[in-house]
Amino acid sequence: MSDRKAASVIIIGGGVTGLSAAWWLAREGVDVLVIEKGIVGWEASGRNGGGCTHYQSPLFDEEQRLWPQMDELLGYPTEYRRERVIIALTQAQLAQYQDHGDICKGMGYHYDILDAKQTRSLVPLAGDNVVGAVHYRFGGQANPQRTVQAYAWAAQDHGARILQHTAVSSLVMEGGHIKAVETDRGRFDCDHLVLAAGPQTAALLETIGIYLPMAPARAEMIVTEPLPLMAIGGVDGNGLYGRQTLRGNLAYGGGPHEWLEDTPAIGGSTARPSTQLLQNLSKRLVELFPKAAHVRVIRSWAGIIENTPDGRPVIERLREPDNLIVTTMSSVGFGLSPATGHAIRDLVMEGRCSFADIDKLGLDRFSNLPRDWRERQGWVPSGVSAATTTQRNAAIL
Amino acid sequence: MEDEAPRHDEDGTDFHAIGAKHAAVAESVELLVIGAGEAGLAAAIEAARAGVQVMLVDENPLGAGLVGMDVPLLFGNRWTAAVQNQGRMTEQLLATNPGLEEAFELGVDVRLGTYAWGAFVAGPNLKSLPGPAVGLADEARSWLCGFKHLIIATGARDLVYSFAGFETPGVIGALGFSSLLTRYEAFNGHRLVILGSGDLAVQTATLAFNRGLEVAALVEVRSAPQADVSALVARGVEVITGHAIQEARGTAEGVASAILADVGSGNQRAVSCDTIVLAIGAVPVVELADVAGARLRRSDAGAYVPTVENAPDGVFFAGDCAGLGGDAAVDGRVIARSVMRSLGHEVTAAEPSVRTPLAPADTDAYHMEWMRALIAAGGLDVVACSCEEVTRRDVLTVQPPRYLGAPIDRRDISTLTQDGPVNQDQIKRLTRACMGPCQARRCREQVAMLLAIGADVPLAQVALAGYRAPVRPLPLGVLAAADESPEMAEGWNVWFGIRKQWIPYADIGTEREIDRAGRMMHF
Ligand SMILES: Cc1cc2nc3c(=O)[nH]c(=O)nc-3n(C[C@H](O)[C@H](O)[C@H](O)COP(=O)(O)OP(=O)(O)OC[C@H]3O[C@@H](n4cnc5c(N)ncnc54)[C@H](O)[C@@H]3O)c2cc1C
Repeated sequence: MSDRKAASVIIIGGGVTGLSAAWWLAREGVDVLVIEKGIVGWEASGRNGGGCTHYQSPLFDEEQRLWPQMDELLGYPTEYRRERVIIALTQAQLAQYQDHGDICKGMGYHYDILDAKQTRSLVPLAGDNVVGAVHYRFGGQANPQRTVQAYAWAAQDHGARILQHTAVSSLVMEGGHIKAVETDRGRFDCDHLVLAAGPQTAALLETIGIYLPMAPARAEMIVTEPLPLMAIGGVDGNGLYGRQTLRGNLAYGGGPHEWLEDTPAIGGSTARPSTQLLQNLSKRLVELFPKAAHVRVIRSWAGIIENTPDGRPVIERLREPDNLIVTTMSSVGFGLSPATGHAIRDLVMEGRCSFADIDKLGLDRFSNLPRDWRERQGWVPSGVSAATTTQRNAAIL
Repeated sequence: MEDEAPRHDEDGTDFHAIGAKHAAVAESVELLVIGAGEAGLAAAIEAARAGVQVMLVDENPLGAGLVGMDVPLLFGNRWTAAVQNQGRMTEQLLATNPGLEEAFELGVDVRLGTYAWGAFVAGPNLKSLPGPAVGLADEARSWLCGFKHLIIATGARDLVYSFAGFETPGVIGALGFSSLLTRYEAFNGHRLVILGSGDLAVQTATLAFNRGLEVAALVEVRSAPQADVSALVARGVEVITGHAIQEARGTAEGVASAILADVGSGNQRAVSCDTIVLAIGAVPVVELADVAGARLRRSDAGAYVPTVENAPDGVFFAGDCAGLGGDAAVDGRVIARSVMRSLGHEVTAAEPSVRTPLAPADTDAYHMEWMRALIAAGGLDVVACSCEEVTRRDVLTVQPPRYLGAPIDRRDISTLTQDGPVNQDQIKRLTRACMGPCQARRCREQVAMLLAIGADVPLAQVALAGYRAPVRPLPLGVLAAADESPEMAEGWNVWFGIRKQWIPYADIGTEREIDRAGRMMHF
């Protein structure tokens, strides 16, 4: 890798968002440098559920269009598998999932309703407690760790540089533009900067006086030993999201998150402890798949993700400084990453997203947000003093 | 756009956050000791004598399922049907271990056949626990035991190298072997070839002799034995130096011979045997310490051990898991006294715990010599990670698993190291080596050695791959929470439960946004 301490586009953060953007830019010959404080995909991007079905996003169509092509486009496997099944254990759940299905139908995506018997034949691990399921004929899931590395290698194959083990400490402005970033290996100059640093995004932005409200949290998953492959790998329900990996393991998460203290720019504690929540996850997984009660849990883990106050991403090229693109996916960024990278590429090269309206994902929607919004929303670490009732009632969400 | 305010818990955290939702522990104790080996037992007895309330947990007798998976030791499919009878095994255990009797009499709450699968202590990014606790389980259920003090005395496990035929019944670890033989009286082999010639190998051979087994040979990769083997030689054991094992030859029934290769000439010779014992080294069992949040460091004796200085609150380490060698019982007593001191008991000056390294001083070099000789003898197509069928070559060339079909030839360890130091957890993600149900007990160390070779760095520079709970592979049905707090059940959401996160984009800013708030979810 060349040691040149400059690039046309610098991307802070080697998660799926930054790496996808790097790949999109590099394949068009843009000189890109990704600066990552650790190893690519070491944070949320390598620790998530792998779900690729985000009907709520303006990038949904692009997500759905791209995933089936990603292995070929990247030249490395992502383990993408199509479709999702959501198992209902109550009639109310079935109605709720159907409602979601109808929304997607309105956007041109197809789904089927399965009765209990059909569900069990499609999902052999399901049990007698099944009421039915919806079978989304779209969406899917991929292997996050393989996908992260695929983006990184593909970007490198197109000439992108990836500098690992280098932490950015601040952004450098000159004459109203981003000029460079300061790191523990010195200063790196750039023409454009893409900020995609996950939970550290806000603190880095703060170094040039821009406020991005976000709160970091820890979320946990468990994984079992491998089982014979089911026809559909992405089976959710009973308060869980997850997937059967192509190897056969069941990897599932869900349930309470732990809000954390604000994260310093260069990255504070990297502890990602997991807890006895694995018992609660196991309980729900056995209820979802009664025929898997004998299957052994072999690991658990936690990942750290950020959320904005409304839980929606910020993907925006700022007006000032106008060579800065800010992205946070607000805890739902893996599946969307092929499309997010495309949007960032567009923002860098054309100033606007060419394939979707993303105007509602701008930073200005938070301009009237009270600074104590975390306390008001209860997005505070456990044991930290409670917000007053009046504050709670005034919460805007 | 205003709508109904989101719900909060009593403590002010949002309704779907962990807040104080963890269930209270099922039981708790002043001092919890994990592992009833020499160190744990001595610690439990010492503390109980001083009037401390002690619970002593040991996973032996293991369920047959774990024995079959080589967890926690390499049992190598060389056991008799006796291991399937946990009740009889418990009697056996008590009969062979008089210290347990003493502990019972002192009022120690002894829990046999009980797995410790996790240890949870508040620390960075973890403030939500009701208190420090260890996750325990038997064959049927799991629960949490709270503690004021915890002594982790989890001992050592086998250092495992694979070779061709490694999975043939009868390839066993020295610790797995002695456990089957002495703890369970359930070893079903007769004639041994022992790999290694250091203290561990000599102890193993001596034990075998004393139990009436035959020892065909000790195999040593170096040109001279690594410990005093004269007594064994006098008993007719051949010490074959300058050799490594190339293959365990046999049938599905078991090993029939060990094929050895001369490290210089490559010449082969066969030694007939039904058991091949890996006695090259042992590894401190630090997984529970790691999960509890201890910092691990590489000791001079070439092993990762927990650091004492910044141990999690109330957590102590005793015996082999804190460093191999030394007198584990003495160490256990010393640690028990530290605990008693911190509980406010008067303690007389402790006898010193002396750690005399069991392994040769150049442990890393010695382990690497074996690794290189095994590669020279067996080549690169030998499976290194049995669970995931990852060969030595797959590790060195960072191949994706075979089920993905196409190999990748543009990347290997040397291209990865251009981007940063070699990292075993990263290799695990890419190759799946160390990702299997045995939780890498059979491959962790040898994969690290392969990485050291591939990246051309000293073994000590290959950072330890992390351990995760559950540190025993237990069934979902056993780990499933029996008692959940009502708040957990009520506040459970598939993702964060943010009221507007899943509203379709087109609805943002419309009447439908309010209508749909809180109803949509992640899938
Ligand atoms: C348990 C769990 C399950 C999830 N399930 C799903 C799912 O099923 N589907 C889905 O779509 N999403 C899921 N997510 C969310 C998803 O993982 C994240 O939204 C996504 O990975 C975000 O990617 P990112 O690249 O934006 O951020 P990150 O992955 O956080 O990457 C940011 C990178 O920036 C680096 N960085 C930070 N600060 C600096 C600095 N100062 N200098 C240099 N580098 C820095 C970090 O080291 C990190 O690698 C899940 C997350 C978790 C934790």
